[in-house]
Amino acid sequence: MDIRLDAVSHFYGETEVLRDISVDIPNGQIVCVVGPSGCGKSTLLRFIGGLERPSSGRVLQIGAPPEGSLNPLTYVFQDFALLPWRSVRGNISLVLEDHGIRGTKADRIIGDVLDRTRLTDFGNALPKQLSGGMKQRVAIARALAVNPAVMLMDEPLSALDAQTRELLMDDLVALWTRQPFTAVYVTHNLAEAVRLGHKIVVLSRRPGQVRETIEIDTALADRGYGNAELERVQKHLWTLMRDEARAADEELVDV
Amino acid sequence: MSDLSATQPIEVRFRGGGFAPKARRWVGVVVFVVLIALIEAGTRAGWISALTLPKPSDVLETLVGLWDSGLLFKHFNPSLSRLAVGAALGVSVGVGVGILIGLFSYIRAGMVPLVAAIFPIPKIALLPLFVIWFGIDEGSKYALIAFGTFTPTVVATYGAVDNVDRSLIRMGQSFGLSWLSIVRKIVLPGAMPGILSGLRISLAIAIILLVAAEMLGAEYGIGAYILEAGSLYDLERLFAGVVILSLLGVIVSGAIGIVERRLLGWRT
Repeated sequence: MDIRLDAVSHFYGETEVLRDISVDIPNGQIVCVVGPSGCGKSTLLRFIGGLERPSSGRVLQIGAPPEGSLNPLTYVFQDFALLPWRSVRGNISLVLEDHGIRGTKADRIIGDVLDRTRLTDFGNALPKQLSGGMKQRVAIARALAVNPAVMLMDEPLSALDAQTRELLMDDLVALWTRQPFTAVYVTHNLAEAVRLGHKIVVLSRRPGQVRETIEIDTALADRGYGNAELERVQKHLWTLMRDEARAADEELVDV
Repeated sequence: MSDLSATQPIEVRFRGGGFAPKARRWVGVVVFVVLIALIEAGTRAGWISALTLPKPSDVLETLVGLWDSGLLFKHFNPSLSRLAVGAALGVSVGVGVGILIGLFSYIRAGMVPLVAAIFPIPKIALLPLFVIWFGIDEGSKYALIAFGTFTPTVVATYGAVDNVDRSLIRMGQSFGLSWLSIVRKIVLPGAMPGILSGLRISLAIAIILLVAAEMLGAEYGIGAYILEAGSLYDLERLFAGVVILSLLGVIVSGAIGIVERRLLGWRT
């Protein structure tokens, strides 16, 4: 299933936050959205998942979601959003229960996603016992459990320290290599974008517009640490964004 | 720095202590024991007159007498059942209304001012009204206790529902959970800490109202016992009744503690 953003614009009251955004999200690819803070990246993601409606323009699904997809558009949040009173297994089973999946069928799905995220030994742990990186892996496992057509990842690594981030990026690459998934990955971290994105959409500061779309052909698995090609792309991204980021940073918030 | 190396080094003064409460288990017991021992010594030596305070040993003797004669349970059991029925009614209706206020804007707009108007009424003042409505026997006592626990429970519950992490609710919506599932699996457990701490206050109020209700028209019950002792200026019996009430408070608070540990083990 593909997603197409067709001339999406949005206003919060008088403030224009997004202007005429058109992006294609092809099946089986990770599309990274980068931009200075406050450019409407997360808002865009909420439109794609149907948690908010744009003032104008449309978000289109092209083609049917895969067979057995319980929740075609599934989020992974920056703050993990795990229920602290449920164990790791309980948190995953939460999203299955509403679809009538319980018992052995649920166990099979949970076992599978825990295995894919290397969490098999931690099924009965409570979130408070887990590190930030593990919590985000649980959230990813939960997202995988509903067999999504598109994963909507809202700065999934921003709450983690640099080393954990590096590890989790490797995990995401391994996960994608084993079984390609479609994702929209919002981040302000350019290293993440060049590491994980097949396509990188650069937004300008408010009102957010598409400044440039960059495609990287290198396979995800080959994008090691200190790859010269990636360094070049990252540097290019930064020159695109630097002045905007500074201007966005110095903007007064009038809310 | 070379000219400083000759001077004597001074250890950096520690200034990071305090402001971190720790569990000190037996201090509470020691305070009780010391206080009672002081009063006992004072009443024996005579610098506390018999009219000021009864001798603690005499109060204990009265309690033992109550136990032996079986009168203790004759007073305690009706009190406990009034407390249980009244509080169960008030708390369950209160939690229900509190959740509705927390979830629906119209109910909130309608009910919050009403609850605010009811909250400060001294419920004891309404006892005669309850006697007319529900009869002089158990009914009016249940109603008084239920009414008294209802308002604090409502306020605690809707506050707790308001404090449930919105990002968890948004997560539930993003996974397509039904409204009922979100309420049952996310809102209710998330509000539980606030509801239980509200319960502590509600149940203490319930005990106060229990005694008040029993002072007005009850043959048996701790309140009736205290009232009778008070009108005879029988300080030993009066204090025996007060001790029973305190114990009841400690037991209730301990029970909530156990429930909290069972239900809220997930908290950090």
